[in-house]
Amino acid sequence: MRLELHGITKRFPGVVANEGVDLVVEPGQIHALLGENGAGKSTLMNVLYGLYRPDEGEIRLDGKVRTFRDPGDAIAAGIGMVHQHFMLVPVFTVTENIMLGVESTRGRTGFLDYKTARSRIVEVSERHGLHVDPDARVEDLPVGVRQRVEIIKTLYRKADVLILDEPTAVLTPQEDEELFEIMRSLARAGTSIIFITHKLNEVLEIADTITVLRRGKVVGSTRPADTNQGELAAMMVGRSIKLVVDKGPAAPTEPVLSISGLSVRDDRGHLAVDSLDLDVRAGEIVAVAGVQGNGQTELIEAITGLRAPLSGSVRIAGSEVRAAPRKVFEAGVAHVPEDRLEEGLIPGFTVAENLILNTYYLEPYAKGLRVQRDAIVATAGELVDQYDIRTPSMFNDVGNLSGGNQQKVIVAREFSRPIKLLVASQPTRGLDVGSIEYIHKRIVEKRDEGVAVLIASTELDEVLALGDRIAVMYQGRIVGILDPSEATPERLGLLMGGAQLADAIGVMPPAGPRPPDAGSAGVAPSAGGGAR
Amino acid sequence: MTAAAATAATTAGRVVTRERVLGVGYIVIAILMVVFLGGGIAGEESKFGLNVGPRPVIPLPDLVVPAQLTVYLLAGICAFAGVVQLLRAGVRWWAVLLGIVAVCLVAAFLTWAAAGRSMSLVGLMSQTLQRSVPIAFGAFSGLLCERSGVVNIAIEGMLLCGAFAAAVAASIAGNVWVGIAAAIVVGGFLGLLLAVLAIRYFVDQIIAGTVINIGAAGLTAFLSSKVLVALPDLNNPPRFLPDKIPGLGDIPIVGPILFTNSLFVYAMFVLILVIHLALFYTRYGLRVRAVGEHPIAAETVGIDVVRTRYINVVLGGMMAGFGGAYFTLGSTGSFDKGMTAGKGFIGLAAMIFGGWTPIGAFFASLIFGFADALQNRLSILNVGIPSEVLLMVPYIVTIAVVAGLVGRVRMPAADGKPFRRE
Amino acid sequence: MSDERPKGPWEGGPDSTFAREIAAGDEALDRPHPTGPGGRRTIWPRIDLRAIGRGLVVPVLAIFTALVIGAFIIVLSDPAFWQELATDPLGAIATGIGNVFAAYGALITGSLGSPTEIVQAIGSGDSKAITMAFQPISETLLSATPLIFAGLAVALGFRAGLFNIGVEGQLYLGAIFAVYAGFAITGLPWFIHLPLAILAGMLGGAIWAFVPGFLKARTGAHEVIVTIMMNYISYQVVMLVLKTPGFQRPGRDDPISQNVLPSATLPPLIPDLRVHVGFFLALIAAAVVSWLLFRSTKGYEFRAVGLNPGAAKYAGMNIGRTTILAMVASGALAGLAGGVEMLGTQGNLTPGFSPGYGFDAIALALLGGSRPLGVVAAAILFGALRAGSTPMQAATGTPVDLVVVIQALVIMFVAAPALVRAIYRIKVGRTTGTEVFSKGWGA
Repeated sequence: MRLELHGITKRFPGVVANEGVDLVVEPGQIHALLGENGAGKSTLMNVLYGLYRPDEGEIRLDGKVRTFRDPGDAIAAGIGMVHQHFMLVPVFTVTENIMLGVESTRGRTGFLDYKTARSRIVEVSERHGLHVDPDARVEDLPVGVRQRVEIIKTLYRKADVLILDEPTAVLTPQEDEELFEIMRSLARAGTSIIFITHKLNEVLEIADTITVLRRGKVVGSTRPADTNQGELAAMMVGRSIKLVVDKGPAAPTEPVLSISGLSVRDDRGHLAVDSLDLDVRAGEIVAVAGVQGNGQTELIEAITGLRAPLSGSVRIAGSEVRAAPRKVFEAGVAHVPEDRLEEGLIPGFTVAENLILNTYYLEPYAKGLRVQRDAIVATAGELVDQYDIRTPSMFNDVGNLSGGNQQKVIVAREFSRPIKLLVASQPTRGLDVGSIEYIHKRIVEKRDEGVAVLIASTELDEVLALGDRIAVMYQGRIVGILDPSEATPERLGLLMGGAQLADAIGVMPPAGPRPPDAGSAGVAPSAGGGAR
Repeated sequence: MTAAAATAATTAGRVVTRERVLGVGYIVIAILMVVFLGGGIAGEESKFGLNVGPRPVIPLPDLVVPAQLTVYLLAGICAFAGVVQLLRAGVRWWAVLLGIVAVCLVAAFLTWAAAGRSMSLVGLMSQTLQRSVPIAFGAFSGLLCERSGVVNIAIEGMLLCGAFAAAVAASIAGNVWVGIAAAIVVGGFLGLLLAVLAIRYFVDQIIAGTVINIGAAGLTAFLSSKVLVALPDLNNPPRFLPDKIPGLGDIPIVGPILFTNSLFVYAMFVLILVIHLALFYTRYGLRVRAVGEHPIAAETVGIDVVRTRYINVVLGGMMAGFGGAYFTLGSTGSFDKGMTAGKGFIGLAAMIFGGWTPIGAFFASLIFGFADALQNRLSILNVGIPSEVLLMVPYIVTIAVVAGLVGRVRMPAADGKPFRRE
Repeated sequence: MSDERPKGPWEGGPDSTFAREIAAGDEALDRPHPTGPGGRRTIWPRIDLRAIGRGLVVPVLAIFTALVIGAFIIVLSDPAFWQELATDPLGAIATGIGNVFAAYGALITGSLGSPTEIVQAIGSGDSKAITMAFQPISETLLSATPLIFAGLAVALGFRAGLFNIGVEGQLYLGAIFAVYAGFAITGLPWFIHLPLAILAGMLGGAIWAFVPGFLKARTGAHEVIVTIMMNYISYQVVMLVLKTPGFQRPGRDDPISQNVLPSATLPPLIPDLRVHVGFFLALIAAAVVSWLLFRSTKGYEFRAVGLNPGAAKYAGMNIGRTTILAMVASGALAGLAGGVEMLGTQGNLTPGFSPGYGFDAIALALLGGSRPLGVVAAAILFGALRAGSTPMQAATGTPVDLVVVIQALVIMFVAAPALVRAIYRIKVGRTTGTEVFSKGWGA
């Protein structure tokens, strides 16, 4: 089936997630949709799948305009989607999950006909080499097999267009290969596949056509034969805003944070950080780059005492970190957490109250059980002034501030204490340029005061602007530490996509063919297919 | 160690310690049985009546056992179960062993209570079944709602309104069936109210349930004082009398317990079967369970989550309304303020105890009904065990189950969570 | 997610809409903010009358709507109305409206007294007449006393993210402990005995609440289920205790305890009126809870854990311990409700002494926005309804249970502000319903 998207625009309050997106997928084609986190790939696919309604634009299947009110319509039209977070009921069996919504029943009685369903599942799975036990409970299956169940689910519904949203994010390299084999087999059978990813090597290996999205817009289309990883990285990352941070050379002294052989498991019990070593010295900024979900979150949690490590050690100023956040704070660590509203702030509390979130029990803010209002007001007043927090008053609910000002509240709180180490995760996510520059300036100030700084960010601009050393994290390991002078977005993009350090250096030497013009298109001239 | 790993480790640890604790516990129970139950009943006999009614077709002799010996024997079985548990004969058998110990404990208790006296065992069983009826209906009501993801703590209010509506409607029409129909309609209406508050207005489901409970108690009490007192004819409904099923009802022991009952008991048996089949073997049930477990997944395969929840909560309300009719049409024959006396909450407990399954909920209801029936008997026999202690036991057991101290029940994953699109 | 979160109802009224409007233009806001050091002296928001007014809109309309529905119930439940309707519809409606005014009039004079009577009594200078005239108000405050404690208990739990539906049971345990301390300890002077008995009541409630708190912190057992079960256990405990020789009043077969000794009895506030020092204690408790929640580090922890456990963990708070502590504090307040009822109003324990204070408390906490001052106001309102309902029944034959229906309707409308807004077509704020307390059962 030929799928066409024309001028799709989808807005959320305050954000344009997709803007005038055009996309054509030919029958039997594997079409890669490439883009960074937040580029609008998943939104676009949710529009196609009937979960969101587009504000503008139309969807055509084989030339006919279709509107999908809900996923049921999309499924009926032959669209199948494997979501990034699997849509499987854990306590159901494979058969139950697959037939849910299109159940086989015995006549009109409404009684489920497991036998028919099972035999159809076996038939579908054998046709495409998707081996799975139809009677296994999904919760007992490994992730790779669950993904297979999801694919069978779409085929069972006779999907002609299959959307795979970041399918390799959860797979091991061997499982990746199996998945690609399945994809090729499906494409040969005439299924159109939309493959969403940000991993460059995969795109080149599997796709017939590549479309790159950035900030909700299509920046170009190309074919694997006409491009290379460097060029794709450049298209994906772009160079729209050049962040300028006024910072001199670092003068690092002795290590403050020493991590050795650290392994950490994530919530599901998978190894998220894999025997990692890293030192951060006083007076330097180490920026950890990497695609989201490569263990940065768990690394930061282990450093700040929020997550107990599996093995290895984290030492701050010479003493071992235990899983006790309060002890870590008291040891002189500032932590700007990844998620402002889930961890960093308490919406419902005033600005003043949020400014003492981890010092509320200490003098001068408390004497015994008593909260010392005067001391809090005095400090809060100073911080609101000093950090230019724009709020009607310090007694306003922090939940009503803009994102930038919320982040300033966290920064003010964390930076105003005497600290030895600053750990910040995504310190500028979702902020406007003004706030970003402001927060970057403050971070550099801290460095110059002799604080050791560790930043984890998925924003390459930020990493490049701040890092005195840039560590790239991939699948729980640091795959390379670059000096800013040798780090380019392209190189970082390659490392973040799983390329080896040597390859990255080889493919794109620092003096390589960088586009002379860093215009808004940001596409290298050689990316011929991209300039539509 | 990560949270998950830690959980896994503590789970493993807990299983091991739980096995030990249970094993030691069984042996302690055995010792307590010997000391407290077997101690003062030397040489006495326990007599258990097996006939009910004036002229049984096949009369059975009473079951007479030597009290002390029987208690010792049962204690021995418990101790043996404890040893088996301690030797970790098999993780899979712990539930069976627990069941054996529970049965032995109850049997020993009955033997002790009946020592030197006579107790009608069949009567006790029959009463157990009767008393479990409203509990089971309440549990089924909760089950239908919660399987679709809506917490229903309004069962009590629904039972009460069902009881009231049944009494009034049956009195006016002079027909029990009209009473039943009215109870179902009123229950369904309260279900709809819960659904609208919880699904449409996103009111916290527990608060919504509490509103219905308080409102139902107030309204029925108000109307009962204002209307039923003035017009007593409105509170004098015909009743469902026990119908003996020909043939089956004459079978000794089983007949009087199972086949000489009112409509409500038979309806309960039918409903266990119907709900079980509907929930686990039909398209409807599969979809409901999917909505209760993972509503977003259900939505991505085209299931209307909101509609499914509305339907189920209304069905749950109808179920509780039906159960409420038991109080007036199946039991006392007239409405009385607050006559449900917390049976709805016990139904909730039975649903949890029964692991959100109809069969489990039924057996849990039987246990609760048994405790109720037994305390009733014992207070007549005047054996010196405070009936209050017996009545506490089911609640304590429920807390233990919820806290995962005895086994672990698994609730629908999305239970109580509001569903929002986009 | 964030829009499901409660909107930080601070003392002084929900300021969300006002603050939101300001926040909308936040980026453009360039004027200096009025918060320099040495400027204002508190971190508590200033009392903004407009915001308070806005915060009162929903509760006031909720009460009004509930009363209107109550009026319909009065009219429609009257058999005479239906008979008259067939013959003389207009007359029937007029009679109906007359009945409503009669009933509500009796409710008001029963709870507040009649102004003319009060004026006359004061004018006459006859102390007995004055006492009589103020008797309805005394009854209202008397009824409000346990409600204040119980409402504070639920409100404190709400603030810490706990739904303590077990106030009823904790109240029974508090009553048992307080009564026991009140009659079993002899020979103490009142200034030792009375505080001891009150503390015993707190202890009883606290112990009963510790169980669900501990189970929630350690095993994740949902406090709603556990506290419901604990309620039923507490009823049996009361029955058991009241049958126990030494506790049961000698020479009685029915379940009733011995009488609290005079040295442990709360004296009346004003001679010859029933309202006792317990009301004063309730106001002090409200002040203490207010201090605890908003002026102490523990309260800061309670509220942090209640609003955002993730951030509380980030900030190094011990969530389990905070949960247990909040539950115990809530239980202690519930225990006070039972204890003060024993030591002041009842003097002895009987099984049905609480007409569901613990469940009214949920309504009070919601109606009062989980603010101590709001709870006190709501409790006095409910106390008035309760105190006025008996004279209402006596005078007009309208059963006291009408008040319970009105209370249920009030909770419903307060819990679903969208419903009120829909009825009155007010276009304010969001339509997201109440705070999400229940996160499903069990784990």
